[in-house]
Amino acid sequence: MIDAVVNKERFVGQPLARIEDPALLTGRGRFLDDLDPLPGTLVAAIVRSPHAHARIRGVDLERARAHPGVAAVIGPEEVLTALRPFPLSLRAPMPYYPTGTDKVRFVGEPVAVVVATDRYTAEDAAELVHVDYELLPAVVDTKLAMKPDAPRLHDTANSNIASDRVFNFGEVDAALERAAHVVTEEYSFPRYSSTPMECFSVIAEWRDEADGPRVTAYANFHGPFSMVPVLTGALGISPAQLRLIVPQDIGGSFGIKAGIYPYIALLAVASRHAGRPVRWTEDRIEHLLASSAGSDRIMRFTAAVDAQGCVQALDVDFMENVGAYLRPPEPATLYRCFGNITGAYRIDTVRLRSRAVVTNKAPTGLNRGFGGQQLYFGLERLMDKVAHTVGLDPLELRRRNLIPSGSFPYATPTGGIYDSGDYEKALAMLVESSGYRALRAEQAAARGRGELVGSGIAVIVEPSATNIGYVGLATPQEERKIGREKSGSTEHVRVTVDPYGVVSVLLGTVPQGQGHATVARQVVADQLGLPLEMVVPKVDMDTSTTPWTVTSGSYSSRFSPLLTSAIVEATERIAQTIKVAAAVLLSADPAELELAGGNVRVATAPERSVKFRHAAGLVHWDPGSLPDGVNAALYAEAAFTPPEATAPSRTDQVNSSLCYGFVAELVQVRIDPETYEICIEKVNAIHDAGTVLNPLLIEGQVHGAMTHGLGGALYEEMAYTDAGQPTSTFMDYLVPTSAETGFPLVAERLVTPSPVTRLGAKGSGEGSSMSFPVAIANAVADALSGYGVEITSLPLHGNVIDALLSTRADNKRNEQPCP
Amino acid sequence: MKAAPFAYVRPTRLGDVVAELVRADEDGGGKVIAGGQSLVPVLAMRLGRPSTLVDITDVDELKQVDLIDGSLRVGAAVRQRRVERDFRGVVPLLSQALPWVGHREIRSRGTVCGSLAHADPAAEMPAVASCLGATLEVTGPGGARRIAAEKFFSGAMTTCLGPTEVVTAVRIPLPRQGDGFGFAELARRHGDFAVAGVAVRVRTRGGTVEEAAVTAFGVSDRPRYRDLRDELQGAVERAGVDAIGIARELGDAVTAMADQIVTTAGDSHGSSQYRRRVLRALATRELVHAYQSSLEPPR
Ligand SMILES: Cc1cc2nc3c(=O)[nH]c(=O)nc-3n(C[C@H](O)[C@H](O)[C@H](O)COP(=O)(O)OP(=O)(O)OC[C@H]3O[C@@H](n4cnc5c(N)ncnc54)[C@H](O)[C@@H]3O)c2cc1C
Repeated sequence: MIDAVVNKERFVGQPLARIEDPALLTGRGRFLDDLDPLPGTLVAAIVRSPHAHARIRGVDLERARAHPGVAAVIGPEEVLTALRPFPLSLRAPMPYYPTGTDKVRFVGEPVAVVVATDRYTAEDAAELVHVDYELLPAVVDTKLAMKPDAPRLHDTANSNIASDRVFNFGEVDAALERAAHVVTEEYSFPRYSSTPMECFSVIAEWRDEADGPRVTAYANFHGPFSMVPVLTGALGISPAQLRLIVPQDIGGSFGIKAGIYPYIALLAVASRHAGRPVRWTEDRIEHLLASSAGSDRIMRFTAAVDAQGCVQALDVDFMENVGAYLRPPEPATLYRCFGNITGAYRIDTVRLRSRAVVTNKAPTGLNRGFGGQQLYFGLERLMDKVAHTVGLDPLELRRRNLIPSGSFPYATPTGGIYDSGDYEKALAMLVESSGYRALRAEQAAARGRGELVGSGIAVIVEPSATNIGYVGLATPQEERKIGREKSGSTEHVRVTVDPYGVVSVLLGTVPQGQGHATVARQVVADQLGLPLEMVVPKVDMDTSTTPWTVTSGSYSSRFSPLLTSAIVEATERIAQTIKVAAAVLLSADPAELELAGGNVRVATAPERSVKFRHAAGLVHWDPGSLPDGVNAALYAEAAFTPPEATAPSRTDQVNSSLCYGFVAELVQVRIDPETYEICIEKVNAIHDAGTVLNPLLIEGQVHGAMTHGLGGALYEEMAYTDAGQPTSTFMDYLVPTSAETGFPLVAERLVTPSPVTRLGAKGSGEGSSMSFPVAIANAVADALSGYGVEITSLPLHGNVIDALLSTRADNKRNEQPCP
Repeated sequence: MKAAPFAYVRPTRLGDVVAELVRADEDGGGKVIAGGQSLVPVLAMRLGRPSTLVDITDVDELKQVDLIDGSLRVGAAVRQRRVERDFRGVVPLLSQALPWVGHREIRSRGTVCGSLAHADPAAEMPAVASCLGATLEVTGPGGARRIAAEKFFSGAMTTCLGPTEVVTAVRIPLPRQGDGFGFAELARRHGDFAVAGVAVRVRTRGGTVEEAAVTAFGVSDRPRYRDLRDELQGAVERAGVDAIGIARELGDAVTAMADQIVTTAGDSHGSSQYRRRVLRALATRELVHAYQSSLEPPR
């Protein structure tokens, strides 16, 4: 293990300020709505369904078409004529188009698009579109939707269950029979989002050329670029006929904007009818109604536990509410954590049932934590219940079940290969930093005085650098075609050196505020021994010029583990050429040279040196002086391709991520005995994401992920009425603000470098968004432990606690009184 | 989220404001716009479609704040933030309540009178006006009139204001010797409208409670006022000055009040049962607090 001391000689590991910030903080960011790349662009407004479920009997577009300033209006007919259904991630007879065609299936589903000179005019005309709806009964509840007689969303399917798979790893039933304790509980995780500051934004242009159509699109899309073939599949064109350009600045996403591509298809069709490029900027109501959200999931967890409190087997049943359509990459949320379904624990025997259910809610998708917040809510609530059942402190229970130090790389029963870690040490650090034993004693005393105080722990494994192969698991093994497997976790970079030795790094990583350019500059400067000023990162994604594959994109914290590895590979080749050139100038052997301080020098005789830029200059100006057979290539592209990311096995195991970090968190809460307001009194956190590239940025990720988790735990919920009417404004969808995030936080770090990435870095963008919701729930449950209530869902706030305590009081009047 | 078409006028004289409202009334209906913090979202969501917006913020006579006849008189174009900053402590209850109105950015534009005219049942300003017995000054085509705050609010987002009338100012009585105040609310986040809140004014003379005005908000279709003088006096007689004792003795009275006045159906932020619980807790705390501060010598 490398110790965490910062090496002052290197930029990596230092808290360098973000080079992105000056422009962003002075209003000079260049977001898509600031750009006008295609002259003559018109503006669209979208007509959306007010109903959760209805048959479209007819659509009258004529009055809208006649409105002054309107260029085109398209509806279901135009969409059906121009598009095919989006290819789905698995075979299911549930065709998905960017608008409702036969029916509408959720409130906010697009039905028509009005293209006009400006947004006001477009919205005026949108009011003139008349849709004749025949209302149908709606179903939003997952379990109700699974019933055979439930309202059927897709007439062509014989149930609302889009996918149902069972995976067996070992003899779960036998373990349950043998167990000293069988602990079981059902949990329900709510649907929430990330509500990025910038909403969706698209410009699309359709042109018919002699050899076929061309679509140019600008969008604040950030991958996965596996959605590009999904998009072109619907458009009926090849990826080569599409040019997708992502602006340099994206105002946040946290996964949500992966769901933008149906709008690219829709606006391309609108542009075809308008004969001009068309822009659509999503507004906040549209965003809350119909963009994307994390899925809500019902989970039943059962553990076979021995007398010592060690979990011998786990039986898991997931029922995922994916909304009205299986919008790709869904049902990926169900499988993203497949390889780490047993979390931080040494559990060898697992059974998993995964069902994806369609309901009359908006489609789901990526959301920071992607499957992790759901999984760990169940698993970590269950571990508390196991502790309670066997009479152990929750921390001691976890300690007994942890994967021991020294057992990494560690193979999980489901195929995960945990690359590195030291969970026992991290937990010991948590005990130390929180003063755990004294804290528990204080809390017991306070509870004795009638105070509602408690603490909650979560220990989780944070997957990063997704192996997209896991998506294949949704398809049964016998239907997965041999020779058509999917896998991969590749990331690309292009590095070039100009005649003055200035190095540019082309980043196709489509960041949304993470600071990729800052870190890329640090890594390149280190690799080439250059001062920071000589490295110029350029964020640019244009599918016609930037190197990409279907795995490209900014998701699952891919930048730190993958892109930096690609930089190392590309710069190694650049360094080689530079050394050869310097060797000419120094009359030395390239093998004895090193790059440092902007120079190329003889390692054993540093006074023999030339400037890096002179070596670069030689390659540009005087390549004839290079030794025979040496190419004058001062550009290098690398596609880092980790061999650990392979397709699912025939026995359905998959290493669903390349890297696995670790988070241990302890949250202390106090609940007001009268108003039941929840106050977070303190948080202790230990994170291990391998090598730290930039501590400032990683700290920001921890804060951000916690705030996101805080939202899910205490504030945010995309709630629907039984009739399918959703939360649609920020009056009801409560996002935590800076005023809610002022809790005292002590965050510490353990570093166990990853052996599978070039710098030892893992991803760190999601951890606390997976652990914080359940850590808070565990703390609230602990504070209320004397009152016989079960916390099995979120969000938690005074009103919820009041309802829990009063139901309990109704049920068991003879127990301890409510406060 | 773009407003439907409307006309916009910005008169500089009060007479013209009324004239514009009268003209607009014949033509689909006008609306006064002051700070726009409540009206603009309504327009953007096309939940309201006035034909004309009459902006009152350029009318000089509406920009005044005066101390007059024992009241603080706040003109209709005066922003909440100005009162908060420049008249801190002049009306203590107002000063306690203003920081709870949205966020500072909102208060830099929103007006005190606009908040009253908007009459959100969970808003702070109407509750303060009700608790202190404020008076609204109103002008319309028939001339000027004054309306007591208690009479002004007639339901959720509705007042007794006519379509061509404009609020010109609110007069809020200054504190007197022996006054103590309390203000509290519970919202899920800082700056949100209240799940339940309470404004309290207690007046004592020689330790005897003369008035105990309680206005609850967020719990009904309008601010709800009660005088708990007898109940507070009784609690003080039984418990002495001990805060915990008074709170305990107030329990039944406050519970009964909460049961009576919490009439909202409730929502995901608070059921009516939960709002009763919150109101009970806040009203008790603030009555005790106001009583105790009424006993302190004036500063
Ligand atoms: C994010 C956010 C949070 C907020 N939080 C709170 C909160 O916690 N508590 C709270 O109380 N408020 C809150 N508000 C509302 C804010 O306080 C408004 O400023 C206030 O409600 C209205 O004042 P205004 O001057 O902006 O009125 P406007 O928005 O201009 O008008 C509101 C209504 O009152 C009418 N009106 C305004 N002035 C007059 C007048 N002089 N005569 C007749 N009619 C008039 C208008 O016609 C309109 O119908 C919040 C607003 C926002 C945007």
